[in-house]
Amino acid sequence: MLSSAGYASASKETMQKPAAAAIPATAANPADAKKAKSKSTADHSKFKELDKNFKSGPEVTEACLSCHTEAAKQVHATKHWTWEFVNPATKRKLGKKNVINNFCTSTKTNQTFCSACHVGYGWKDDKFDFTKEANVDCLACHDTTKSYKKIPGLSGHPNYKKMEWPPKSGKFRPATDLKKIAQNVGQTSRDTCGACHFYGGGGDAVKHGDLDSSLKQPMKYLDVHMDADGLDFSCGECHLTDSHKVSGSRYATTSIDKEGAIIRGKPGERNPTTCVACHDNAPHKDYAKLNDHTDKIACQTCHIPEFARGPRETKMTWDWSTAGKLDENGHSIKTKTSSGMVAYVSKKGDFTYDRYVIPEYKWYNGQVKFTLFGDKVDGSETVKINNFMGGPDDPNALIWPFKVFRGKQPYDVGNQTLAVFHTAGKDENAFWGKGHYNWEKAMKAGMAATGVPYSGKMDFVKTEMSWPITHMVAPKEDALTCAQCHRENGRLSKVAGIYQPGTRSMPILDMLGSIVAWLTLLGVIIHGGIRVIQSRKGG
Amino acid sequence: MERIYIFKRFERFWHWSQALLIMFMLLSGFEVHGSYTLFGFEDAVAYHTISAWMIVTLWIFAVFWTFTTGEWKQYIPSMEKVDAMIKYYITGIFTNAPHPFKQTRLSKHNPLQKLAYIFVLVVINPVIWFSGWAYLFYNDLSAVGLQGLPLEWIAYAHMLGAYMMLVFFIAHVYLGTAGHTPTSHIKAMITGWEETD
Repeated sequence: MLSSAGYASASKETMQKPAAAAIPATAANPADAKKAKSKSTADHSKFKELDKNFKSGPEVTEACLSCHTEAAKQVHATKHWTWEFVNPATKRKLGKKNVINNFCTSTKTNQTFCSACHVGYGWKDDKFDFTKEANVDCLACHDTTKSYKKIPGLSGHPNYKKMEWPPKSGKFRPATDLKKIAQNVGQTSRDTCGACHFYGGGGDAVKHGDLDSSLKQPMKYLDVHMDADGLDFSCGECHLTDSHKVSGSRYATTSIDKEGAIIRGKPGERNPTTCVACHDNAPHKDYAKLNDHTDKIACQTCHIPEFARGPRETKMTWDWSTAGKLDENGHSIKTKTSSGMVAYVSKKGDFTYDRYVIPEYKWYNGQVKFTLFGDKVDGSETVKINNFMGGPDDPNALIWPFKVFRGKQPYDVGNQTLAVFHTAGKDENAFWGKGHYNWEKAMKAGMAATGVPYSGKMDFVKTEMSWPITHMVAPKEDALTCAQCHRENGRLSKVAGIYQPGTRSMPILDMLGSIVAWLTLLGVIIHGGIRVIQSRKGG
Repeated sequence: MERIYIFKRFERFWHWSQALLIMFMLLSGFEVHGSYTLFGFEDAVAYHTISAWMIVTLWIFAVFWTFTTGEWKQYIPSMEKVDAMIKYYITGIFTNAPHPFKQTRLSKHNPLQKLAYIFVLVVINPVIWFSGWAYLFYNDLSAVGLQGLPLEWIAYAHMLGAYMMLVFFIAHVYLGTAGHTPTSHIKAMITGWEETD
């Protein structure tokens, strides 16, 4: 048993933890990583269409579309473009445009910043033209130079001129070399997907817990599939993409697939982005009893024993209610944790972080119920913003690991709805702008833009959001051991409706059985004792 | 003093290998249940499973032997002299009273012994064996029409069997010293020769 003193952990569970300090999770020098040789039949640097000094992203897109005539139409049909997703079960509209979370809470009114992660150019308000093909940003996903960056605040554009970034850092980004980037386009990579997905929630490792920049060049220990020196999977290896439609979804997850591995070429609509799609439902060859678990337990539950297993800390809580404090000079405050993470910042409130976090485990059948704009909430209880459905008797449910992100955020007391508030921007309603941390103004503007009535009375409500853990799959040697669940107070002790050997969960039978066994033993000892005494007397 | 040859070579082999297996299965089984940590859960499960298949194999031979030799008749229970045996264990054994049962080659188990063994054969073993198989093949129970049988029920049955076996084991070991002399049964189980009066 290794000491876990160096780790903060969500649970008190004592368990074997890898010596994180000793194992660098990320390849030491990303520059040394082997450069994948393109197998493409086209060398884009030889195309005359790309041999020009582009002034803007949309100009590049037009050049792309002159050959790839259908690409923009395809992108227009994806949720990377629409930020909208209709839940097939509930028919409710989800997607970034429509959901509330407990990080920055909502994209509404904040598009100039949020659209740095939109596959388009120019989305700053509701007037954005979603039908214009040149508005599609091809480079965000197809850059291979690692020099393309969409800057928050520029409505989805990269910087076309030299600019200071991050703001007030004294560091400057050169103007984006669109020609060079366009001439070097290629397949998507961990870098391009990661440019947004590793930074969800407003920073590296913040949101998901199983996705952060350490996956750009991970060691085998951190991710057995993406291992830069081994299998070196790109995201697209699992998130098989067809016509720009990327498979795999957190809105409509495939929680279970009983049909086993997908044979190449087999027609059907099954999701290829599952463990089972490659590994089948009976992948354990050396110890077949493990296969008896796959009917109840998602692969991820054992094979991702902790999340945030890399060097980055993931955010665990966010308390908006403390935002807006100023020091005695009226300036914003920023404090840091001992590891250098922001502990408090006036713009956003209080944060906590963690690494090597033991997930929380829940039944999950692939259905998620969201609390959306205008949905009633009870301010006296913790609001579950997304509710993962399923239970022990549900044939489509498996036990999944989750990161549960807890927060406190504004809500409308009068109407009992979660707040939408205007944060990013320089205008006088912006919480971070000239609004100077004024909740009333920020909420009025946010609610009005969303079309949800605001009673004028606000407070803060505790909220909870769950994120299924599915990345950072450990090598099998680092998967959960049997006894991490099969013991008293094991990993799954809070999951309802399962019997686990090793948990000593038959108190009455154990008590009666022990009593009878001890009485028998006592009986034979007394009986034998008397015999010994009598025989000595007799002798 | 008279000596008779009661336990043949195979019978002694059966007895002692079964004794070892049962002790080991109690030890590993209660660990799988969670009563203590000894081998570690994973190894305990593996050992328990291996020894289960060993005892199954042993019993295939034992059943064959019992029927081909006619020894199965030794296990037919009767109530005759049961009261005398009980009385002997409660009083007579302390006062050097004569043992009420005389062993012969055709009748080597005393009446209480026969009752105990038939109980093992008809109750304890079936409970353990069938729940054990259901445990091992839990995910394939639908093949025998038992889908939906909760694992917890199977585990309860198996544990009930385990506690009964534990009690039997304690009593059986002690009563091994309750022959004509304290060691006569044990010697017989080792050499095959029992000393009688």
